[in-house]
Amino acid sequence: MSEYGLFMIFFAAAFFNNFVLIQFLGICPFLGVSKRVESSLGMGMAVLFVMTLASLITWMLHEFLLFPLGLDYLRTITFILVIASLVQFVELFVQKASPTLYKALGIFLPLITTNCAVMGLAIMNVTEGLNIIQTLVHALGAAAGFTLVLVMLAGLREHLEIHDVPKPLAGVPVALLAAGILALAFSGFVL
Amino acid sequence: MFGKELIRGIYTENPVFRLLFGLCPALAVTTAADTGLGMGLATTTVLLGSNLVVSLLKNVIPPAVRIPSFIVIIATFVTLVGMTMEAFFYPMFEALGIFIPLIVVNCLILGRAEAFASKNTLGRSLVDAIVMGIGFTISLGLLGAVREILGSGSILGFQLVPGTVDMALVFALPPGAFISLGLMLAALNYIAIRRKEA
Repeated sequence: MSEYGLFMIFFAAAFFNNFVLIQFLGICPFLGVSKRVESSLGMGMAVLFVMTLASLITWMLHEFLLFPLGLDYLRTITFILVIASLVQFVELFVQKASPTLYKALGIFLPLITTNCAVMGLAIMNVTEGLNIIQTLVHALGAAAGFTLVLVMLAGLREHLEIHDVPKPLAGVPVALLAAGILALAFSGFVL
Repeated sequence: MFGKELIRGIYTENPVFRLLFGLCPALAVTTAADTGLGMGLATTTVLLGSNLVVSLLKNVIPPAVRIPSFIVIIATFVTLVGMTMEAFFYPMFEALGIFIPLIVVNCLILGRAEAFASKNTLGRSLVDAIVMGIGFTISLGLLGAVREILGSGSILGFQLVPGTVDMALVFALPPGAFISLGLMLAALNYIAIRRKEA
């Protein structure tokens, strides 16, 4: 991926290699917080915030600490600790700096620790050998793609609620079918 | 006793189909039955290790820092499993790719550490890890088998349908993962509803 242009990296992460629908990263929040368009937008913003910061910090840790010292095998432990503490820090910071934003993001912030899209992004940045600008663009693209499909699915599910869905399909199964059709559309970018 | 627990892991509290835990690997690596089973076994190993250590240390870890402690324990076992697979099962390691380090964020493992191992004895925690791991492995194997049969007409690499027949390739591609899991969940709900009415 490191030989792609910046636009291509953004476009790949957001659309034809969409983090959620094609690479299956971040399915839990994708199904969990896609009942309302409003809350899915909040989740998207929180993820954008954490993804950008986490990517930059983990990239620098890898470049200046783990790789030069030959400590690559500690990558998983370091990255998950960085993400977990970052989420805590962001939560505290947002709470102090902007109570309105904190209220809007609410319970979504702590959930991001176990969002595999953030961890997956951090690992991909270093295994694909991206430089720091590419890492930043990759993070923005991933967050844009995540928010886009989250809001799309939330819109579909809001409509599905007023329709008569067969009982066994109601809830998660029909959301998965809708996600499958969305994924079909996103696969169209490659074909 | 163990039989009852086994039914809990496979059916009543099945991690994938009932609790909807660990859906990312469940959808991503089940393009065929063998990768699904491999992922299931790797996750089971990590679950066994983390339940073992968490249950042993449950009285030592201060409650305030328990989640970070659990994460470090889990990450240690994920690294061990990853290194072992890279050394001895390289093709499987390649096939599972980024989803091996991502076992660390599988909510099933943190969930079992928090909800079960930190409150129960060593023996019960190990049994819980084994039955939950078996449930997870069977679910992934089943989903992988369905997608492999529908997508390429084979099972564990053994061709069932003559190669000249065109299979529904979409089931081996990302959209097929969502659709197969959605239909399987609907089928389980249908059975549950029928049973309640009867």
